[in-house]
Amino acid sequence: MEFSIMDLAPAAAEIFLLAAICVILVVDLFVPDERRYLTYGLTQITLVVAALLTAAGIDSAPVYAFSGMFVGDAFSSVLKVGVCLTVAIGLVYSRSYLEPRGMYRGEYFVLALFATLGMMVMISANHFLALYLGLELLSLSLYAMVALARDSARSTEAAMKYFVLGALASGMLLYGMSMVYGATASLAIGDVIAAVQSGHANSTILKFGLVFIVAGIGFKLGAVPFHMWVPDVYHGAPTAVTLMIGTAPKLAAFAFIVRLLVESLGAEQLVVEWRQMLVLLSVASLVLGNVVAIAQTNLKRLLAYSTISHMGFLLLGVLSGTTEGYSAAMFYVSVYVIMGLGAFGMILLMSRKGYEAEELEDLKGLNQRHPWYAFVMLIIMFSMAGIPPTVGFWAKLSVLQAVISIGYVWLAVVAVLFSLVGAFYYLRVVKLMYFDEPAQREAMQVGVDSGVLMSANGIAVLALGMMPGALLAVCERAVTMSLRVAT
Amino acid sequence: MPLFAPLSTVIWLPIIAGVLVLFTGSDRNAVLARWMALAGSIAGLLVALPLWTGFDRTEADMQFEEFHRWIETFNINYHLGIDGISLLLILLNCLTTVLVVIAGWKVIQARVSQYMASFLILSGMMNGVFSALDAALFYVFFEATLIPMFVIIGVWGGPNRVYAALKFFLYTLLGSLLTLVALIYLYNASGGSFSLLDYYVLPIPLTAQILIFVALFAAFAVKVPMWPVHTWLPDAHVEAPTGGSVVLAAIMLKLGAYGFIRLSLPIVPDASQHLAPFVIALSLIAVVYIGLVALVQADMKKLIAYSSIAHMGFVTLGIFIFNPHGLQGAVIQMVSHGFISGALFLCVGVLYDRLHSRQIADYGGVVNRMPVFAAFFMLFAMANAGLPGTSGFVGEFFVIMGTMSVNFWYTFAAATTLVFGAAYTLWMYKRVVFGAVANDKVAALSDIDRREFLVLGVLAIAVLCIGIYPKPLTDVLNVSVSTLLEQYAVTKL
Repeated sequence: MEFSIMDLAPAAAEIFLLAAICVILVVDLFVPDERRYLTYGLTQITLVVAALLTAAGIDSAPVYAFSGMFVGDAFSSVLKVGVCLTVAIGLVYSRSYLEPRGMYRGEYFVLALFATLGMMVMISANHFLALYLGLELLSLSLYAMVALARDSARSTEAAMKYFVLGALASGMLLYGMSMVYGATASLAIGDVIAAVQSGHANSTILKFGLVFIVAGIGFKLGAVPFHMWVPDVYHGAPTAVTLMIGTAPKLAAFAFIVRLLVESLGAEQLVVEWRQMLVLLSVASLVLGNVVAIAQTNLKRLLAYSTISHMGFLLLGVLSGTTEGYSAAMFYVSVYVIMGLGAFGMILLMSRKGYEAEELEDLKGLNQRHPWYAFVMLIIMFSMAGIPPTVGFWAKLSVLQAVISIGYVWLAVVAVLFSLVGAFYYLRVVKLMYFDEPAQREAMQVGVDSGVLMSANGIAVLALGMMPGALLAVCERAVTMSLRVAT
Repeated sequence: MPLFAPLSTVIWLPIIAGVLVLFTGSDRNAVLARWMALAGSIAGLLVALPLWTGFDRTEADMQFEEFHRWIETFNINYHLGIDGISLLLILLNCLTTVLVVIAGWKVIQARVSQYMASFLILSGMMNGVFSALDAALFYVFFEATLIPMFVIIGVWGGPNRVYAALKFFLYTLLGSLLTLVALIYLYNASGGSFSLLDYYVLPIPLTAQILIFVALFAAFAVKVPMWPVHTWLPDAHVEAPTGGSVVLAAIMLKLGAYGFIRLSLPIVPDASQHLAPFVIALSLIAVVYIGLVALVQADMKKLIAYSSIAHMGFVTLGIFIFNPHGLQGAVIQMVSHGFISGALFLCVGVLYDRLHSRQIADYGGVVNRMPVFAAFFMLFAMANAGLPGTSGFVGEFFVIMGTMSVNFWYTFAAATTLVFGAAYTLWMYKRVVFGAVANDKVAALSDIDRREFLVLGVLAIAVLCIGIYPKPLTDVLNVSVSTLLEQYAVTKL
């Protein structure tokens, strides 16, 4: 493997991030508890700088580095900027939650940054090993973050589940990748697709490997029937960590799917194979996610099931196997992350010292306690349900368009019918906030920083709903410019 | 490009006014919120007037068109334009909004700013539905109206409001989601366009037409509502606050009928012709059967709700017999029903505000204490029964005339409404208003105040004007109706 100094340019953001993590790790040792905001501030600065460094490459044609292990292109730049900003915003929401719970410590921020680094490596990976490396860096950081509330039995249990099932999923992925290696004699994405398209690869082994890869993806994404960990982990993890798990990693997971299924195994004879699998996964996710969510009384569990159904929708975009579909899925996942930030952020904002506002009951009468945040939450809920004029509607529209364009009208009908079921529990949240009398009268105590961001978050959901053109165009351009989609 | 964009103003002015009202915040500023809402709604009505005066009654194409690129990825455009049908509905909507704001002046004491804002925003959105010429834009407005109405019913409604609000929302959402699939299908079939005008000339095979028709029908039939998907309406009406009932009956139901006229018929004319007998059958069932159901209601609001369904049956009947009288009658019936049902719900509201009961049995002899009110109520009850000289007669007469040229038995069934309508309305009127004073509560009633007089008076004038001299309406409609019928008549197979 030859090393050239030119390789550093496309990976500048990652290299900076790694260096900054080391610095923060050391600096934090010398920071006394009452000045922990220094660590926090450094973390935020690091994330913003990493986002800016990534954004510089947003217009470039694909650049390969480190002997083709790593790629910098518009697709990865957009997603990486998204990841950095999402983590940064998530940390702002989390701050007032972490402090009284003894988690406002250097470890938390360093782990969050490591997770970010893992996601960025995943997104930019151009080789199965790099992909796996990024995934593990992300996963291990998240396992540790879930377990960070050491005294909570629920969190420890969640971390254990998450770890065991995550390891199982990683095993599946590796097994699948090894099969693909066996069939194509390469782990580099470009070589794999070339070998697959040449038709010389053993198709039985390829399909066998494909099954394991899809199963691994299903696990990581939380699609039914590989979803069992999702509600428990979302519920058991400290809410700030749930926010972390529920948002940015979805962007990385999307990139992961695209790199594996589309760029490596996107040859026509394989697309028909994985399309069938994804149809099953997505229909099952839509059905189970939406139906089971109705029975939930815990807001975090409800959002977990809602995530499952949203991932089903995301898969609808991917399974269309067209450029349109991929950009629709990218738009969907970006929109989902914005909504997820708002929804989980709201739980954090409503929590106080010694009080977790995670039951649905806690939302009761929010309109009378704090009309503005109730309104923000209303917008987010309607957006998740896909009602215009919020951006969630356009996300659904673009995915449905992709599905119908390949002639799967029945699938679109199934999807909308179950999103009707989904609308019921989102409406129930609105009902609790608006129609019911508050169970408690205490006003919400919200810091200026998180308050402003939350308002911006809600307004963004509405504004993007009225003007979705720009974000749609960004996704479309990123996909058409960067992805090597087999035709 | 004219400097003044009347349609955009009609849509966005109420919405912006609504948002501003929302910012007045808590009930400490309730007075300010009320006055701002009134100003906003009146301004909304005033900016709609140039549409009436500037409307070219001989022009067959869409007027006041506005076109801006909106979402390039899907070729969705902000494309507005109206014909005579849209024009009347927009005016009806703007006027109703003013009345609703005034009607809620004293009754609503909790969360005033949110109440007023909901109505203003809703009004703007409905104007958007009536003027959208882009399917995606239409859909956005069509479905967005659910949000404010959901909040209105759920927050200011009666005891069973949560059930009613959820039922209203989910019922209507089910239909519109299928429509969404149909619209996306059309987008693909037309090679990537959401323009309604493109869809009008798009050839579609019959099977696809029928499926599209069914999908659109799911949305619009629920909205109208047609028998047997009407069951959400009585619940919603009974639980909604008076203003909510008025807007629901006067405008929101018309969204469905308007959808038939603007989308179903011109886009899939062959399927519409094909399935017309089915729709006509449902309409007649609504007229006859729902008329009988209305007869036995003990709750005044429920009675008027069922009467609305029966009257809307007339509208769908008029639309699906495909002739000028029928269609013109349907549109006039829509406008007239907007005034009459709105007025009747306001009348019930007047009684409810005083006695807090909607049960017919709790009243009797109201005329002895509220003579002025009884006179108004009488007028609207008569109009609801289709008395000549009121607007109720004109629409029904046109539709019956149109039906006669198609099939005698349709006419026969439809004309029973003149009997049933009179029966349920006047019987209710008799039990509530006439007779001896029923109880102490009725004895303590006070007649309507100036505010209520103003609202009912405006509606009374409208009902009488249309009834006596409907020509201004038919003038606006003539060309639009014949253009539409020409469109329907062209096969697209």
